[in-house]
Amino acid sequence: MKYFWPNTYLIAIFNYLGRAAIDIVNNLGAATIFFSKAFLMIFRPKQVQPIIQQIFYIGAKSTGIVMMVGLFTGMVLGLQLYHALAEYGSEGTLGSSIGLSLVRELGPVLTAIMITARAGSAMTAEIGIMRISEQIDALYTMRIDPLRYLISPKIGASIISFPLLTAFFDIIGLIGGYFTGVVLLGLNSSAYIYRIQYSVEMSDITGGFIKAIVFAVIVSTICCYNGYFTHMRSDSYGAKSVSLSTTSAVVMSCVMILVSDYIVTSFLM
Amino acid sequence: MGNELIEFINVTKRFDSRIILDHINLKIYEGQITTIIGKSGVGKSVLLKHIVGLLAPDEGKILFSGRPVNEMNKKEMDRYRSQFSYMFQNNALFDSMTVFDNIALPLRQTTKLSKKDVAKKVMNRIEQMELTDVVFKYPSELSGGMQKRVALARALVTDPEIVLFDEPTTGQDPIRKNAILSMISQYKKKLGFTAVIISHEIPDIFFISDRIILLWEAKVGFQGTYEEALKLDHPMIDEFLQSLEGFQDEWKQPSPQSFLALNLI
Repeated sequence: MKYFWPNTYLIAIFNYLGRAAIDIVNNLGAATIFFSKAFLMIFRPKQVQPIIQQIFYIGAKSTGIVMMVGLFTGMVLGLQLYHALAEYGSEGTLGSSIGLSLVRELGPVLTAIMITARAGSAMTAEIGIMRISEQIDALYTMRIDPLRYLISPKIGASIISFPLLTAFFDIIGLIGGYFTGVVLLGLNSSAYIYRIQYSVEMSDITGGFIKAIVFAVIVSTICCYNGYFTHMRSDSYGAKSVSLSTTSAVVMSCVMILVSDYIVTSFLM
Repeated sequence: MGNELIEFINVTKRFDSRIILDHINLKIYEGQITTIIGKSGVGKSVLLKHIVGLLAPDEGKILFSGRPVNEMNKKEMDRYRSQFSYMFQNNALFDSMTVFDNIALPLRQTTKLSKKDVAKKVMNRIEQMELTDVVFKYPSELSGGMQKRVALARALVTDPEIVLFDEPTTGQDPIRKNAILSMISQYKKKLGFTAVIISHEIPDIFFISDRIILLWEAKVGFQGTYEEALKLDHPMIDEFLQSLEGFQDEWKQPSPQSFLALNLI
């Protein structure tokens, strides 16, 4: 016998892995080109108004949910850290702990995840539906570049909105921590504020904003890319493909936020 | 006969292993109305999408005024595409925009016209299409026939030189269907545009067509004038005539009483 059965299985496994690797590399390349082209088109004429509109949808409309999550994150941090620090008699450093964890990590990451859930999913669904109903083809036939008209305002608006919402999240989170630590648990108000001022440096704030911008690029690219190429999915068609694209865009964005957070943090440290 | 505007040379298109267009050779002439007929699913829309560049052939080439489209540089391609307007089979209207915004979009995005001029041009088309009552409604609030007319208005608002119509009269009542066909014919006479129409409105569509292309089993079964088509001994034309004959057998001559009942006598 020429082919022994373990060989056949091995070949099948390597085939599968090879195909998956090629798909990943292919998609990464395509997404990079997709982002680069759309990003450059932000600076074309007639783009200011659509970007402002998208800032309203992506940024302004996410403010409420981001602030609410920020408030409760700050509050729960205050509650947990106060008791943890009190065991060592260092509850006075609560401001430092909350300030640093919010500004460096939780602010950018949780804001990005919340925007992904609220606006990212909407981006994918909107673009996906436009794709399957030939609206994107219609733009092409009218000589309106779909990347310029549909994608670049969303990417531009995300790059502007993510850092702003992160700043909101940080401030509201610090207020939440103040509420739990100072108002509810009786920590000295001045100590809390002084510790924040003392510990949080400008580099922490700029680091948080750099992360927010990186997340904006990742989330907007993944969500728009999944919607734009909904029709290329091999596992489904029509409405089902839009639903699967939306799910995979949200999951992939959340995973990539955490992966890139580690990478960016390792560069910033 | 006008100049050769678009020519397909051995164009083949496959989706997976299925051959949709099989070595298609055809010519579309300037200033003429060319109608593409054929059974549903034979590849008529695919052929039209090749002309406007939405699809690219797997084999063969498409010439525009003698120049291969796939060899055009960016500037030439932009000039090529600027001459076309495309009306989609399923309309492809922007469902988050009103009727007015749908029709105004190509003018707002590709011209430097003032807001006033855009509004004037859009309202002209809206009046022609009898859509004045639905100017600020969304496509989902309109009937299928109205959506078709919005798509038609959008296709014509830029005064294109070449218009590709994918079933422009489907879903229209007989009066509006004739109005749309005669409007296309009048526009051709007035503006001298080139039109390529996919239609199932046989025989009405023949009255405005200069040339007919019959797609048959992924190939061009026939291309020529209506008169030439009538003389042709082709399985599909036979099939079509037989279906008409069959229909005539089913049709019963109305009795004088039925005319009396309708107050026609």
